[in-house]
Formats: sequence, C-alpha cells, structure tokens
Amino acid sequence: MKYSLSAFGAGLVFGLGLLISGMANPEKVLGFLDIAGLWDPSLAFVMGGAILVGFFAFAIARKRTLSFLGFHMKLPASDRVDTRLVIGSLMFGAGWGIAGFCPGPGLVALGAGEIKAAVFVASMIAGMVIFEMIESSRRRTQ
Amino acid sequence: MIDISWNSFTPWSALTGGLLIGLAAASFVLLNGRIAGISGVLGGLLAPRSGDIGWRIAFILGLVGAPVAWLMMTELPAIRIEADYPAIIAAGLLVGVGTRYGSGCTSGHGVCGLSRLSPRSLVATLSFMGTGFVTVYLIRHAFGG
Repeated sequence: MKYSLSAFGAGLVFGLGLLISGMANPEKVLGFLDIAGLWDPSLAFVMGGAILVGFFAFAIARKRTLSFLGFHMKLPASDRVDTRLVIGSLMFGAGWGIAGFCPGPGLVALGAGEIKAAVFVASMIAGMVIFEMIESSRRRTQ
Repeated sequence: MIDISWNSFTPWSALTGGLLIGLAAASFVLLNGRIAGISGVLGGLLAPRSGDIGWRIAFILGLVGAPVAWLMMTELPAIRIEADYPAIIAAGLLVGVGTRYGSGCTSGHGVCGLSRLSPRSLVATLSFMGTGFVTVYLIRHAFGG
C-alpha cells in the first residue's frame, strides 16, 4: 500500500512537471526537435532541471541497499551497450519525431482528454504487445 | 546558423517543470528504490508478474491524473497535436516497440539514466534524440515544408 501510494505520488508530480514544462504539448516538443526551422530550445531546460535534481538523488540511492521506505533498491545492473539498445532507441526517436509524443506526455495528454493522445497510447501499447509476442516466441524457439 | 524562436522560448516554465520531473524521479528512487522509466512501468503490465502490478497502475494513474488535478486549480496549458491519425498510429507503434527493445524512453534513459551517468543510457539518449531530430527534419524540410 505504502509502495503504491508513493508510486502514485511520483507519477502525479511527474505528470505535473510534464504539463508545466511544455513536454506534454507535441507542438512544443517538435519545436525543440526542429533545429533547421525556428528552434525552441526550452526542452533542454527541462532535461537540465530534471538531471540537476536526479544527479543528487541517484548519488544517494547508489550507496543504499534499502530505500527510505525500507524496500529493496532495484537499479539496472546492466551497463552493456548492444544492438537491441541502439536499434530500439533509434526506432523510438523516429516515432517521437513523427508525433511529438514520448510515453509520459502521451499518457498525460490522454488524461487531459485528447483523443489523438488516446490513439497514440493505444498504438504504443499495441507496439509493446508486439514486442512481448516477438520476445516470447523467440524464447520458445531457443 | 540556428535561428532561435524567441517567441516560444519558455526557459522558466521549462526549468520549473524539469525540477518537478527530477523531484518525481528522486522520490521514486529514494522511496521505492526504482527507476521512474515510464515505458518500463507501463510495459511491465503487459507481461505481468504477481505482486508487481499495483504500483505500476498507481504510477500510471498518477500520470494520467495529473491534468485532472491541474484542472481543479486552473485551466490546462495548450496541447496541440499536428500529426494526423495514420501518423499518430505509426508513431505509437514505433514508440511502443522501440522503447521496449531499447529498455527505456526519455524518462528512464534521458532523465534517470543520465542522472546516474550510465553509459548505456547516454548511448540510448543520443540515439533517440538523433532520430528525433532527423525525423522532424525529413518531415518538415526535406519532404514537407
């Protein structure tokens, strides 16, 4: 219960941050990705602000085995750079550039009642299901 | 030469929002011990394991509920979506498959991963930013415009 409540709080604050920053507005995101047009550098400040806080939080988190609520730390163990990581990220960036939505802003805009965001989220979930299907059939054949 | 769109440049709201996003990621790792990676949180619901579902739904509900909470205080900021439906669907599929193969998106790699100074996340972030810039260039300047 405590775990889920704290997750809800993090999601809520994350969503508010996306709204205030302009990240939830695809027009703004595409303005940032459009270097050859009239460039809007605002979103660099979103990343900068987030990493500024995140850097200190993860520096503290790295030294701990239990979280401040007493749960096990689940930080990624892998530091391996492989083709899956790169190909997947390249695909994600192409999708991001087409619509101006990444996963978080898509969910926030869905909550704001945008029909196109709902279609985006449904397609994104379909993409994730396709990934699960490919992965499970790959595991079966191995 | 890069032309800056000073009219749409909003450094203060961007920075404020960024600090809030950082705060959310900080509280999630310090209280829950996890990376606030939205594609991972959502993707984990599609191959569910028992005891690993509730907090994911709670996190997503927080995200989706943010505009609702905002509306209780004031009017929502503009959300303008230019892409047409076929483009939205293609974008969604690419983002869905891509973030799962790449093990993360803007939040998990871009915010949390770079904060952790993870080389893996740096490569991922450079990759998706790269195709993001190229895709917008192709759509707006090479083919469209």
